Amino acid sequence: MPRVTVPGAGRLASPLGIGLAVLYMSVIVLIPFAALIDGALDNGWDSFWRAVTNPQAMAALKLTVGVSLVVVAINVVMGTLIAWVLVRDHFPGKSVVNSFIDLPFALPTIVAGVTLLALYGPNSPVGLSLAFTKAGICLALLVVTLPFVVRSVQPVLLELDTEMEQAAASLGAGGWTIFRRIIFPNLLPAILGGTGLAFARALGEFGSLVLIAGNVPFETQVSSLYINGQIESDRQASAAAVSVSLLVISLASLLLLSVLERWTSRHAR
Amino acid sequence: MIVRQKSRWLVLLAVAVAAIAALAAGCGGDDGDGAAAAATSGSEGGGTITIVGYSVAREVYADVIPAFTATPEGAGVSFKESYAASGEQSRAVAAGLDADYVAFSQEPDMTRLVDAGLVDEDWNAGPQKGFVSDSVVVFITRKGNPKGIATWDDLIGDGVEVITPNPFTSGAAQWNIMAGYGAQIERGKTEQQGLEYIDALFEHVPVQPASGREALEVFNAGKGDVLLSYENEAIAAQRSGIDIDYTIPDETILIENPVAVVNSSGNPAAAEAFATFALGPAGQKIFGENGYRPTDPDVAKQFDYPQPKGLFTIDDLGGWPEVRTTFFDPENGSVTKIFEGQGIATE
Repeated sequence: MPRVTVPGAGRLASPLGIGLAVLYMSVIVLIPFAALIDGALDNGWDSFWRAVTNPQAMAALKLTVGVSLVVVAINVVMGTLIAWVLVRDHFPGKSVVNSFIDLPFALPTIVAGVTLLALYGPNSPVGLSLAFTKAGICLALLVVTLPFVVRSVQPVLLELDTEMEQAAASLGAGGWTIFRRIIFPNLLPAILGGTGLAFARALGEFGSLVLIAGNVPFETQVSSLYINGQIESDRQASAAAVSVSLLVISLASLLLLSVLERWTSRHAR
Repeated sequence: MIVRQKSRWLVLLAVAVAAIAALAAGCGGDDGDGAAAAATSGSEGGGTITIVGYSVAREVYADVIPAFTATPEGAGVSFKESYAASGEQSRAVAAGLDADYVAFSQEPDMTRLVDAGLVDEDWNAGPQKGFVSDSVVVFITRKGNPKGIATWDDLIGDGVEVITPNPFTSGAAQWNIMAGYGAQIERGKTEQQGLEYIDALFEHVPVQPASGREALEVFNAGKGDVLLSYENEAIAAQRSGIDIDYTIPDETILIENPVAVVNSSGNPAAAEAFATFALGPAGQKIFGENGYRPTDPDVAKQFDYPQPKGLFTIDDLGGWPEVRTTFFDPENGSVTKIFEGQGIATE
């Protein structure tokens, strides 16, 4: 589509837009985060470091990052598959299934926790007792992070030109080759974007885990629950310190993925 | 050109100011309400009392409030209520949440407000020491107590699973741990043996939910043989139709729930009257009917709450400030150490 530039319109709109965006971002995100970091350093670097390297905090952080990686790995595959099915396949009730994808967004996560506990708890009607184990934590995170990958991949898949695939097929490429050489490279930036969001969400998830994670230190206590404990014990600085370490991991992964995303979208084709 | 540039920035500034004003108006609604409540409360014999209390207090205050408004002192008083986890509520009030009357599940939450200057130092000067209700730590079991759980030793028997909230997430769960520890002391064990018992006990705890409410949820979902909880919660759970039994161990701790009037209250007369009512005979009777042990000894006599042989208080174990440092300091507390030791052992 050719870009139409209206003379003069861009000039006023742009500083106004930037100004508003910066102001809004400041009030909603930047100032609170700065305050959080300030709170984390309330008692100096020493106690910040002690709070982060506290054995319970470290164990919780390792568990959190570990399960988040597992969950993201599963949901990248399953999310892409679901997006594929929703875009390319036709079956009755497709639009209903499509709207189900967003339910984890709409559901208060504590409700997801209660439901999962009823389904996969000790009295599981389906005979799967996963609650209070690491598998249970993964399950809850799988539920809340599913929409991210699906909703990132789906629009790109919709836009994807099937003529490219037909051309490849007419040149003798098989299904796997078409996927590997044509579809996957086109989807990769979207998959990476969804991955970053899902990973960040998994790191910070609290509500759905309150009931289903066992919250036993060193075993099933994730960082968000550990932080909750620190706040309850009136250790705000330590809670902020651990939160900052989660933020750093989250930010680093988002940055890494966006670099990858840019790289792949430039080099894939 | 320069002029135009300037006006552009003026527009920006104006929009920014408008945005901030809109934000303040939208998000600061509570403050407006609070001011309005304070303003109306100036009139004699009416106004609004804001109760900020811990979660399970909701049911009992649902009975106390109408009883109070039926008295001459309470006529025309309206109420705003907020219930959540005790520690959360206490922190919210300390941070500026409007409150006239506060009710917590344990004393440290009140001490926080005393330290913040929001509750007078003499809040516990009355005959009931500021405690509106008592309870005891009990063992909630499955209907019929199939594993025959009656003593603290039974909890660490083979194959017994115990559910208790995490003492670091739930301040109230600290009662449970101190009950188990104190029970050992009560039986003539040393402090070291008391800690060893806690260590052994946590080997039997497969889940440490974040709060008492969630612990009940988890137990109700079928996990565990015993839930460490309070008598009033056990009674409330039974009344709400949950199929459980409970046992009061011979040695257990007396739980004391503090209340106070916040000294920044916009309606101190009504709030004081309400506190007096809750601590007085009529109010105490309602607490008794709701599964709590009244702190007024005369009213307590009207109820037949069993008296455990070895009942002790937190003061017998050094009082909350000392207990919180020795047992629950997140770095050096003995319970912290027990958790860390366990982590290494099972890794």
